[in-house]
Amino acid sequence: MDAAARARLLNDYQRDFPLTSQPFLQIAAALGTQESQVLEELRGLMVEGVLCRVGAVVRPNSIGASTLAAMAVPPERLETVAAQVSAHAEVNHNYEREHRLNLWFVVTAADRARIDAVLRAIEAETGIAPLDLPLQREYRIDLGFDLS
Amino acid sequence: MSALDPIDRRLVVETQAGLPLVAEPYAELGRRLGISADAVMTRLERLAASGAIRRIGVIPNHYALGYRANAMTVWDVDDRAVSELGKLVGGMACVTHCYRRPRRPPLWPYNLFAMVHARDRAEVDGMTVAIGRVLGGHARAHDVLYSTRILKKTGLRLAA
Repeated sequence: MDAAARARLLNDYQRDFPLTSQPFLQIAAALGTQESQVLEELRGLMVEGVLCRVGAVVRPNSIGASTLAAMAVPPERLETVAAQVSAHAEVNHNYEREHRLNLWFVVTAADRARIDAVLRAIEAETGIAPLDLPLQREYRIDLGFDLS
Repeated sequence: MSALDPIDRRLVVETQAGLPLVAEPYAELGRRLGISADAVMTRLERLAASGAIRRIGVIPNHYALGYRANAMTVWDVDDRAVSELGKLVGGMACVTHCYRRPRRPPLWPYNLFAMVHARDRAEVDGMTVAIGRVLGGHARAHDVLYSTRILKKTGLRLAA
C-alpha cells in the first residue's frame, strides 16, 4: 500500500467505520486496493505500533465506573510503586508525568464500590494515598484526531 | 441513558478491545457472543446512536506518528464559570479531551483538564497560551504535566 493510501487509512477511518458484513472490502474499494491488502496493512501498522487498534471508543462510565487517580511517589520508589499499581487488573492506563504528582492512572471497574476498594488496596500496599479525581463533566466529544 | 443488556456490555468490551482483523469481523464477534453478524451490527448502530459508543474506527498511536509531546494542561477556574469556559476550551482544535474534575487541596487545586497532543514542547507552549486566553481572567493558576513514560496501557476491562 502506498503512503497516500496509508495516510488515508489512518486519518479517514477514525470514525464511521463501515457497519457492513465486509467493512475492509468497502475500505479497500475506497482506497483503490484489495481487502487482503487493507487487512495486511492494518496488522503491519499494529505490529509497528503506529496503530493501537481498530475498535470502539466508549463514553466514560457507560458501562461500569472509572476514575483518574494520581500519586506523589518518591522518585527512588517510582518503579516499584508503578508495578504495584499496574498489577491491579482494574488499572488500564498508568503514566509517569513530570510533576510532584508523578504517577497517574485510570481505574475502571464494574461499580464505584470496587474502585474505592482498589484505591484503598493501593494505599495499603504502597503507603501512599492516591488522589481520586473522578470525571464530573466532559466538555469535548472525542471524534478522533486530525493527522492531516 | 438507555440500559445496556448483558450482550451489549460484552459487545462494548469486545469492540473497545479491538475488532478482529478478519474479512468478516462482525460475524466473528457474533460467534463469540452467540448472535448473528446482523444482530452485532444492529446493536453497534444502536449503541453508537445512544452515545455509549462514541466512534468505531482506527485508533492511531499519536506518539508513534510523531506527536511526542503529550501534555495535560490543568487549570484552576472559578466554579461559577467553569462549565461555560469548559465548553469553549473543549471546542478548541488543539484540545483532544477536556474534563471537569474535583480539586483536592492542597496538593491539587485544579478543576479543569485539557489534554493536548503536539509534535514538541514549543507547540504545547503555544497551545497553553491559547487556552489561557480563552479562559481569560477566570483561571487563577495553571500547570502543564507532560507524560514521560507509559507504564501500562490496556483496553477497557470490567473486573467483577
